[in-house]
Amino acid sequence: MKFDTPATALNPIDQQKVIGRSHDRIDGPAKVTGTAPYAYERNGMAPNAAYGWIVGSAIATGRIVSIDSRDALAAPGVLKVVTYENAGKLAKAKNHTAHMLAGPMVEHYDQAVALVVAETFEQARDAAKMVRVQYTQGTPKGDLAAQKDSAIKPKGGKPDTAVGDFAGAFARSAVKVDETYTTPDHSHAMMEPHATIASWTGDKLTLWTSNQMIDWAVGDMATTLMIPRENVRVDSPFIGGGFGGKLWVRSDAVMAALGARAVGRPVKVTLARPQIMNNTTHRPATIQRLRIGAGKDGRIDAIAHEVWSGDLEGGSPETAANATRLLYRGENRMTSHRLAVLNLGEGNAMRAPGEAVGLLALEAAMDELAEKLNMDPVQLRIVNDTQFDPEKGESRPFSSRKLVEALKVGADRFGWSKRNPKPGQVRDGKWLVGMGMASAFRDNVTMDSGARVGVDSKGLVTVETDMTDIGTGTYTIIAQTAAEMMGVPLEGVVVKLGDSRFPASAGSGGQWGANSSTAGVYAACMTLRTQLAQKAGFNADATFADGKITSGNRSVSLGEAAGATGTVVTDKIEFGDLSKKYAQATFGSHFAEVGVDMATGEIRVRRMGGAFAAGRILNPKSARNQVIGAMAMGVGAALMEDAVPDPRFGYFVNHDMAEYHVPVHADIPKQDVFFLSELDEKSSPMKAKGVGELGICGAGAAIANAVYNACGVRIRDYPLTLDKVIKGMA
Amino acid sequence: MKPFTYERADSAKAAAAAIAANPNAKFIAGGTNLLDLMKLQIETPAHLIDVNHLGLDKVEKTRDGGMRIGALVRNTDLAADRTVRRDYAVLSRALVSGASGQLRNKATTAGNLLQRTRCPYFYDTTKPCNKRQPGSGCAAIGGYSRSLAVIGVSDQCIATHPSDMAVAMRVLDATVETVNPDGAKRMIPIADFHRLPGTTPNIETSLQPGEFITGVTLPKPIGGMQIYRKVRDRASYAFATISIATVLQPDGSGRFAFGGVAHKPWRVEAADARASQGAAAVATAAFAGANPTAQNAFKVPLVQRTLAAVFTEAKA
Amino acid sequence: MHANDPLDVTRRSLIAGGVATAAVASTPLGAQDAPALAQRAPAATLPVSLKINGKTRKIDVDPRTTLLDALREHLDLTGTKKGCDHGQCGACTVIVEGRRINSCLTLAVMHDGDSVTTIEGLGQPGNLHPMQAAFVTHDGYQCGYCTPGQICSAVATLAEIKDGIPSHVTADLAAGIAPTEDEIRERMSGNICRCAAYSNIVTAIRDVAGERA
Repeated sequence: MKFDTPATALNPIDQQKVIGRSHDRIDGPAKVTGTAPYAYERNGMAPNAAYGWIVGSAIATGRIVSIDSRDALAAPGVLKVVTYENAGKLAKAKNHTAHMLAGPMVEHYDQAVALVVAETFEQARDAAKMVRVQYTQGTPKGDLAAQKDSAIKPKGGKPDTAVGDFAGAFARSAVKVDETYTTPDHSHAMMEPHATIASWTGDKLTLWTSNQMIDWAVGDMATTLMIPRENVRVDSPFIGGGFGGKLWVRSDAVMAALGARAVGRPVKVTLARPQIMNNTTHRPATIQRLRIGAGKDGRIDAIAHEVWSGDLEGGSPETAANATRLLYRGENRMTSHRLAVLNLGEGNAMRAPGEAVGLLALEAAMDELAEKLNMDPVQLRIVNDTQFDPEKGESRPFSSRKLVEALKVGADRFGWSKRNPKPGQVRDGKWLVGMGMASAFRDNVTMDSGARVGVDSKGLVTVETDMTDIGTGTYTIIAQTAAEMMGVPLEGVVVKLGDSRFPASAGSGGQWGANSSTAGVYAACMTLRTQLAQKAGFNADATFADGKITSGNRSVSLGEAAGATGTVVTDKIEFGDLSKKYAQATFGSHFAEVGVDMATGEIRVRRMGGAFAAGRILNPKSARNQVIGAMAMGVGAALMEDAVPDPRFGYFVNHDMAEYHVPVHADIPKQDVFFLSELDEKSSPMKAKGVGELGICGAGAAIANAVYNACGVRIRDYPLTLDKVIKGMA
Repeated sequence: MKPFTYERADSAKAAAAAIAANPNAKFIAGGTNLLDLMKLQIETPAHLIDVNHLGLDKVEKTRDGGMRIGALVRNTDLAADRTVRRDYAVLSRALVSGASGQLRNKATTAGNLLQRTRCPYFYDTTKPCNKRQPGSGCAAIGGYSRSLAVIGVSDQCIATHPSDMAVAMRVLDATVETVNPDGAKRMIPIADFHRLPGTTPNIETSLQPGEFITGVTLPKPIGGMQIYRKVRDRASYAFATISIATVLQPDGSGRFAFGGVAHKPWRVEAADARASQGAAAVATAAFAGANPTAQNAFKVPLVQRTLAAVFTEAKA
Repeated sequence: MHANDPLDVTRRSLIAGGVATAAVASTPLGAQDAPALAQRAPAATLPVSLKINGKTRKIDVDPRTTLLDALREHLDLTGTKKGCDHGQCGACTVIVEGRRINSCLTLAVMHDGDSVTTIEGLGQPGNLHPMQAAFVTHDGYQCGYCTPGQICSAVATLAEIKDGIPSHVTADLAAGIAPTEDEIRERMSGNICRCAAYSNIVTAIRDVAGERA
């Protein structure tokens, strides 16, 4: 089904009998009983699997001189040591910046250098320490600030934009902000480490793995191993978190496949937690200069957002200025992204790449502008609303944009009017208390997505798609979609996900998954409805409800219409150019109240809240969970997350969960999430938009702004740790 | 983790004998730190002596009115002990501020004293570390040192001792009770138990090879206002950026021990002597000669600020 | 460069800083006590008897096998998760002899004869423990990977509160303890949920606590 004209007419989804309502997750009982199988647990699929342990590079850049595996091979239980010398020829997939197996060149610290395969986990782990690798070490670059001047305009993408005369307008502006913000490297730190069980049958490879994008995984594995796509099967029904870290197959999958080929039996490999931060991808650090010029009425005349980030040679920039291109009005504007080469592992997408850290800077700068204008920060954002893409003009309106409503509703629910705009005025015992806010903004991306939907003779509906559920609630919203479309209860739908034998889907990433994949199911269901109606001899006006197809006074049960062998169709949604014609994005507002300990500078978040507009909310219960979780990740970005590079060695020093801090229960207060009523008929026939990443966008800035309001210390270097607070208090 | 042989000891004496027979052996109790380090091959014992079944899990009154804590008393049980809560509240508070509920259920009193540093370079075997490999260098000096020591450091090591419990025990003048493989008992004042790094950061305590901790004794209760204040960015499940254990008496006298700042719980008599002069005087005396890095220099003023707040809290 | 002396060159490269190349090795620095391989006997397995979820299970394990790996790799009880294997996340939480612990930081051989309750022992699909049911009702999870640990920890947390075991946020060490939001948040902080369904988890636990009260 082509989706190239807005879904202005009512469609079956608009009934909202099942969709748009809160449902407990259909995979909930499996998850709470520990019976949902994750990658490393698929023992029944591959009995007799041997265990692989990855040896990571001890250097960041350089060359392997020699690998001595003799001691490892002689160790008890060891079956094989796989290195570039014996792995066979490998290619690099387009999605990979660095190779999944080093050799002879080393591209980053903890890049896989070898896989030790042994009978047991304990044997493999021990023997891995016996592989002796000699390197010639280059001089790593690990400090973005030091490399900033060497940064270049990246090839590809759209690194720069410019409209009007920024320099002139900024110079003339009545009120100006010109500040530089820095954000550190972040690690996805999903709870389930990357893991894969690989098994070969002849030249056919099966991977039970943990991956967000099954179709990419198949392609990248085939490319890497130089085998036909058809020979690769990837299965990933449950994924213990991804946040972008599992968008692409990583070395666990590649090394498991190589190990299994080498020993002639299945091999299971998981990355050890201390390896993950340097072996896999991370969100790159940024330096961001914001210049905003406004009139005394607060209207922005000039806005510029310049971003510097780093990556391995051949990598790509953190597109932190993207939000600035669309969020606020202003005739004179420019954005730029510059990219330096750093030897810190692969920089890549993490939840809301671009916006998540871009708004840490932009929304802090807006707070500074509001203060200079002596204007309420909510009001400043309201006067700078735009209903069209400010770089393109009125020819490109937003498909739907409820930023102003989100700001007003959010402020009202939070009690924003009680905020004292003067910093450092509110005390509660030892705490200085402050409130802050920020706009939330995240692109709405749509991706083609397919599904196979069948009805059996008993009327049971089964949906199969390679779509993944990374905690997003996909199983449930797909079941809701199929239930709504086919007129059956939620319990009447079986959903099977994550298997490359199913039709290729949008996958989970960039908050496109929910909207795109359910639209794919919608498309398949529409085709199925047509076929079933035809089979039952109905015209196109037949309705699907209560397990029956009805037209006029005649009804046929779904199972009966499907026939003895059932009816199965495959279709997909293909998105046209509506996202070119219309700017598509999700909007919201974040509000936070924090306490700052007057003595120690410790920051504790007391309350968070916000209002969000993201089209039709398919399952408010799981959507709300996505938003609160993303808000908490925003707390992490604001207050603690900091992957610290040591430029001398070119690696992240604090590479485990004891030292790289993510928020714990005690850091996260009550969170109020309100969804505005919105249908976006230009986004998809679901009239939904993404919501999985919106919650992180702006959340951290709201906290930073609250910290300033609490204690009067403006920190532009994230995270806002207590040392920076007390330095400002002194 | 390297292969090892394993035995369960059924008495302290048997444990001592086992260690005498296996110079490359280690005792294991809670295992929460040792196994963590063994997985990374930072600790590589060839033999483990499980001492969990020695009955050293009692908290008892001593004849002089103090308290004896068995080496194997779990952190949870020690923190929850009614007498500790009443008479040694600073210890209870320190314990519950540490680690997580799960870890406190396993971690033992002796094991907590013997915790090794959380310095990230110590934890990465591809990096030089004089503590892990004497003579290899200290990657922390000139590296990421925000969490590391500011006083009592050497040019060989700037690691901190990560314990909260030990800081409270230091302020309470605890004594570590040990037995040697030859059966000889020893009482080690906690002040002498942990060492500064000097030129031998790999030697962290005054324990002799094979010496086994049987318990910790606390002198009779000293009353006073007992406060343990732990400062950290993450609200829980995080090691101290700095911590302060204090007992302040109504007469203005007091004692102060500091965590997260040195290779051992840090306490200076001259600082205690200035209790009546207030936080600034105490902190200045306690941190005279501090030698922080650029990244952790904030800890010195942080201690003073926090101590001022502790004084205020004590008066309230 | 001496390939046989990696430590020394590591130190030199560290000190020299700007030197363009230096050889380093990946073998661990600090395995001081490592006996030479040839002297080492293959790891013998030891018999262990565990009472898991009420059933006695006997296995032979490498002494290095953690309780976590014994459950997951030897007993097919994969409900207990490995998130970090170093006591930094809580995903592996199980209840041993009535106490919640990190099963990754304890050896199976240390638990011979012990009673272990895992997520599988609390309830099964169709027969959920009240805490499991509350997690479903309040959407106290997303990806589900930390969930079994959260639930085991939550069950034990309510028992700890009932037993009067104090926490970091307990205001009065002498008084009783109520399952307030602050108490639950503090006590559950050893169970990291990167999806951060935290506030839903707290609601679920409070719901169960209320039922019991």
